[in-house]
Amino acid sequence: MQASVLPRLRRAAGSATAGQIVAALAIAAFLLLFLVLPVAQVMIAAFQPRGGGGFTLVNFVDFFNTDLFMRSFWNSLYVSGMAVLVASVISLPLAYITARFEFRGALLIQTLGVIPLIMPPFVGAVSMQLLFGRNGTINLLLQDYFDITIPFMEGLNGVVLVQAIHYFPFILINLSTALANIDRSMEEAAQSLGSSGLRLFRRIVFPLAMPGYIAGAALVFIKVFDDLATPLLLNVKDMLAPQAYLRVTSIGIADPMGYVISVVLIVFSLLSMSVSSLALRGRDYATTQRGGGGLDRRRLSPVQAVLAYGIVVFILLLVLSPHIALTLLSFATVWSFSPLPDSFTLAHYGRVFAESAGYMKNTVLYAGLAAGIDIVLGIAIAYLVLRTKMIGRQWLDYGAMAALAVPGVVLGIGYLRSFYDITLPGGVPLATLWIVIVLALAVRRLPYALRACTAALQQVSVALEEAGENLGATKLRVIRRIVVPLMTGGILAGFVTSFATAAVELSATLMLVQSNADAPLTYGLYVFMQSPAGRGPGAALGIIAVILVAGCTLVSHLLIERHRRRSGATR
Amino acid sequence: MIRRRRLLLGAQFVLSMLGAMSVSAIAHAQTGKVTVVTSFSKDVTTPIKTAFEKANPGATLDVQNRNTNAGVKYLQETKSNNQVDLFWASAPDAFEVLKSSQLLQAYKPKATGIPEKVGSYPINDPQGYYIGFAASGYGIMWNTRYMQAKKLPEPKEWDDLLKPVYFDHTAIAAPSRSGTTHLTVETILQGEGWEKGWRTLRLMAGNFRQITERSFGVPEGVNSGQFGLGIVIDFFGFSSEASGFPVKFAYPTVTTLVPANVAIVANAPNTAGAQAFVEFLLSPTGQEVLLEPGIRRLPVNPAVYDKPAAKGLPNPFKDKTLGARVKFDVDVSEKRTAAVDSLYDQTITFQHEALKAATKAVHDAEAKLAKKDNARGRALVKEARDLIAAMPVTEAEVASDAIAKAFTGSKQPGARQAELEQQWAAFAKTNYAKAKDKAEEAGKLAR
Repeated sequence: MQASVLPRLRRAAGSATAGQIVAALAIAAFLLLFLVLPVAQVMIAAFQPRGGGGFTLVNFVDFFNTDLFMRSFWNSLYVSGMAVLVASVISLPLAYITARFEFRGALLIQTLGVIPLIMPPFVGAVSMQLLFGRNGTINLLLQDYFDITIPFMEGLNGVVLVQAIHYFPFILINLSTALANIDRSMEEAAQSLGSSGLRLFRRIVFPLAMPGYIAGAALVFIKVFDDLATPLLLNVKDMLAPQAYLRVTSIGIADPMGYVISVVLIVFSLLSMSVSSLALRGRDYATTQRGGGGLDRRRLSPVQAVLAYGIVVFILLLVLSPHIALTLLSFATVWSFSPLPDSFTLAHYGRVFAESAGYMKNTVLYAGLAAGIDIVLGIAIAYLVLRTKMIGRQWLDYGAMAALAVPGVVLGIGYLRSFYDITLPGGVPLATLWIVIVLALAVRRLPYALRACTAALQQVSVALEEAGENLGATKLRVIRRIVVPLMTGGILAGFVTSFATAAVELSATLMLVQSNADAPLTYGLYVFMQSPAGRGPGAALGIIAVILVAGCTLVSHLLIERHRRRSGATR
Repeated sequence: MIRRRRLLLGAQFVLSMLGAMSVSAIAHAQTGKVTVVTSFSKDVTTPIKTAFEKANPGATLDVQNRNTNAGVKYLQETKSNNQVDLFWASAPDAFEVLKSSQLLQAYKPKATGIPEKVGSYPINDPQGYYIGFAASGYGIMWNTRYMQAKKLPEPKEWDDLLKPVYFDHTAIAAPSRSGTTHLTVETILQGEGWEKGWRTLRLMAGNFRQITERSFGVPEGVNSGQFGLGIVIDFFGFSSEASGFPVKFAYPTVTTLVPANVAIVANAPNTAGAQAFVEFLLSPTGQEVLLEPGIRRLPVNPAVYDKPAAKGLPNPFKDKTLGARVKFDVDVSEKRTAAVDSLYDQTITFQHEALKAATKAVHDAEAKLAKKDNARGRALVKEARDLIAAMPVTEAEVASDAIAKAFTGSKQPGARQAELEQQWAAFAKTNYAKAKDKAEEAGKLAR
C-alpha cells in the first residue's frame, strides 16, 4: 500500500544489468522459436490473397462483413464475461472460508479445487451429458417426479455454466494464494480503527488480494474466450473459437478465414490482458511482512461452522459432479437413458491396466517438464516486467500470453511445418521426438504459470529486495534468496495449474504424437473414445488421469507446506 | 561468476535436451516396422494388428491414431521427410485429397476373388491409388429405451425422418466434418436431383436435434440416450449393438455402400511392408477379422460371407437391394465437394435454430389444418415449404469454375469463399424467417 517513490525513480533512471538483458533475450528467443515463428508460418494465410503470395487485409474485411462471425464474436464476449461472474461466485466463498477460518480440510479443498481443471477430453463430455444433459440423470429424475426438465447443457448459458465449473480454479488458486500473502498487520490496523465484518473484507482484505483475483479472472476470461472444447461439446458453433477450429480442421479447403479468426482471437486476448493490467496500474499491492501470515484465523462458532461446511460441501458437490459421473461411467457396464448405470464392473480398469503404466509415465514426464519450464519462464518474465525498466519488456508478457489464443491444432501444424524438415543424425525428423510435445505443452500452458508468478511478485515489496542489495547481495542472489522464496505460494499455484492442464491437453498432442510408446494418457483416451466399446475403458483412463494429477498436486502442496514449517515461518 | 554459472546451466539444459533426442532416435530404427496413420479405433486396429503380425513374422505394425482430417494434414505437413507407410481410413474423399496432392503411390493388389464394385460404387480407385478393403452403408440407428419412453415408432425409410413425430430427436454429423455423411448428402443430391435433393435435406435437417462436428459424436449420443436416433454408418450401429447398448440399426431401402480404404503413402520408408499389409487386409484371413464383434464391417471378398461369424451381417453381393438403386458419379461429386459442404454448413448447420423454428411452425400449422382445413392456409404452408427449400445457387452455378475456384484457392479473380458464404447464409436466414411467418399465418387461419 505504501508508495515507495524514491527507489522507483532511481530504478527508472538506472538501466538493466547485463544478466537481465541476457535473460530477456533468451526468453524472447524461446518465444520466437517455439511460439511466434511456428504459428506465424500457419497464420500467414490470414494475410494472403486467394491463391497465396502477396499481402492483403481483404480477409479481415470479409470477417467483419460476415454475420456469422459478428454473431460469434458477441456470443463469445457474453459467455466469457458471464463465466467470470459465475466462477467468481463459486470461488470467493471457498477462498475466503479457507483463508479466514480455522477450517479442517483446507488443504483438501485446495486440492479438490484443482480437480475441475483436470477434465479429460471426450469422456468428460460424455459424463457431463449423462449427468446434466437433456436425458441425463438429473433431468430424467425431474421428468419422472415433476414432469419438468432444465436445460443445463443448452445454448450459451449452458456454455457459461460448464465453463465456470471447469475454470473457476484459476480464480480460486490465485485468490487463495493472494489471501495467504496478505499482511496481517493491515487487517489489525483496520480493526483497531473500528472496521469489521463485510466492510473489512470489502475495503481492506479484497483490495489487498486484488492482484490474485485479477490474475485469475483475466485467465478465466481469456481462456473461455479462446476455448473451443466446451462450446463444441454443447454443440454451440456460433462462437469464435469453435468457428476457427471448424475451419482450420476441415480437409481440402483452402480457406483463410480460420486463420483470420485466430488472429482476431489473439489480438482480442492481448487487449483484454492490457485492460486487466490497467485495473492494477498505479497501485501498490506489496506488503513487507511475510512468512506464513495471511489473515487472522478465527474459530468458527457452531452456527458458522454448519453454514461454512454447508457452503463448501455444496460447491464441491457441484464442481466435482462431472468427476462423480466419470467415476460411475468408468465402473458402468451399460449406461444409457437411465439415471444410473445398469450394473457395475471392474473390467474397464482391467482392460486399460496393462498399457496405462506407459501412458502415466509419459503424462507425468511431459506435464512435469512443461510446468517446470513454465514456472522458470514465468518467474523470469514476471521479474523483468515488474522489476526492470527494460524497453519492450511488456512484450515478453504479451507474447507469452498470446499462446492462450492459439488453437492447439494450429500450434501442432506449425511445429510440424517448422521442425519436420530439421533432420537429426540418423535421418529422424526433429518433430518426431517427444521433447517437441513437451515444448508445445510448455508454450500452451505458460500463460497460467506466468499470471500466477506475476500476481505473486506484485505482492512482494521492493523494499525487501533493496534491503538485501544494501547489505551487499547481488541481484541474482536477491532473486534466489528473497524474491523466489517469498513467491513460493504463487509459483506453486502456477506449477499446479500448468501441470494439471498440460496433463489433459490433447489438440496439439494429437498432431505431434508419433508412436504409442511416446503417447500421454489423453492420447490413449482419445484412441479408446472413438468406438462404442471404448467408452468404459476411456472413462477408466480418465479417472486414472484425474487421480494421477490430483495426487501430484497434493504431494507438491505437502512439500511446500513442510518447507514452510521447516523454515520456521509459523508464528 | 554468478552470471557465468547461469549461462552454464542454460548450456547444460540444451545439452541434456539433445541427449534425450538422440536416445529416442536410435530406438526408432527398426526393421520390419510398418507405420500406419489411421482414423480407426483401437477396437478395429488391435485385432487386425495382431493377425497381421502373426501372418507376417518379423513385421510390426505401428499404429498412429489421428482423426481423418488431422491425418491428412499430418501427411501434407510432413511430406518432405515422410515417415509413414500407409494411410488407412473410411472416407474416400480424404483419399482423393491425398491423391490430388500426390501423396499416395499406386499399387495393384494381387489378392483374388474381389469384385469390381460393391453396390454401385467401385471398390478400388480406378487409377489404383487407394484400395477398398471393407464396405459400409449409411442407415439409421436408434436407442430403444429412448424410443419407448418418448413413444416413437421405428423408422424404416429416410422419408420417415421428415415426419413431425421425429422433430428434435435425430442427429447427424455435418458433411463438412464427416466424409461419410458427405457421401450420403451427395447420394441424395444425385439420386433426387439438385433442387429436390436439397428440399429433402433441408426438411429433414429442420427435424434434427443436433448436427455434430464429429462422426462418432452421433453414435455416442444415441448410445447414451442424449438423442433418440442417429444417421450413422453401419459399423457404428453394429458395434454399438455388439457392445451391449440398447440400440438398433437398419438400412433404408435406398442407401449407398462405400468402401473403407487403405493406401500406400508416396516415398514410404517401408514400401514392401506396406504392400504386405494391403495384401493381408484383402486375404481371406484379413477379411475374416472384419467380422469380429468390435469391428463388424462388410468384407469385400464375397466368399467370407459364408463363414459362421458373418451371421447377421447383410451380404451386399447377394442382397441386390443394398446400394444398387443409386447411381453415383464420382467425378460430379469430386468437383463440387467443397461447395456442397459449405452450402450445407451455411444454410443448415449454422442456421439450424432458424431452420428448426420454421420447420416447427410448418408442423404446427399442418396439425391445425388437419383438424380444420383451409385452402389459403394450405397454400401458405406450401409457400413456407418452398421458402425453406429454396437454393441460393443452381446446380450449374455450383459446377462452374467461378465457384469451384473460390474454394480451391486459385489465383484467378472471382468471388472469395467468405463472400459466397455470407451471401448463402443471408439468403437462407431471410427465407427461414419468412417461412416461419407464413406458416404461423397459416396456423392462425386454421383456428
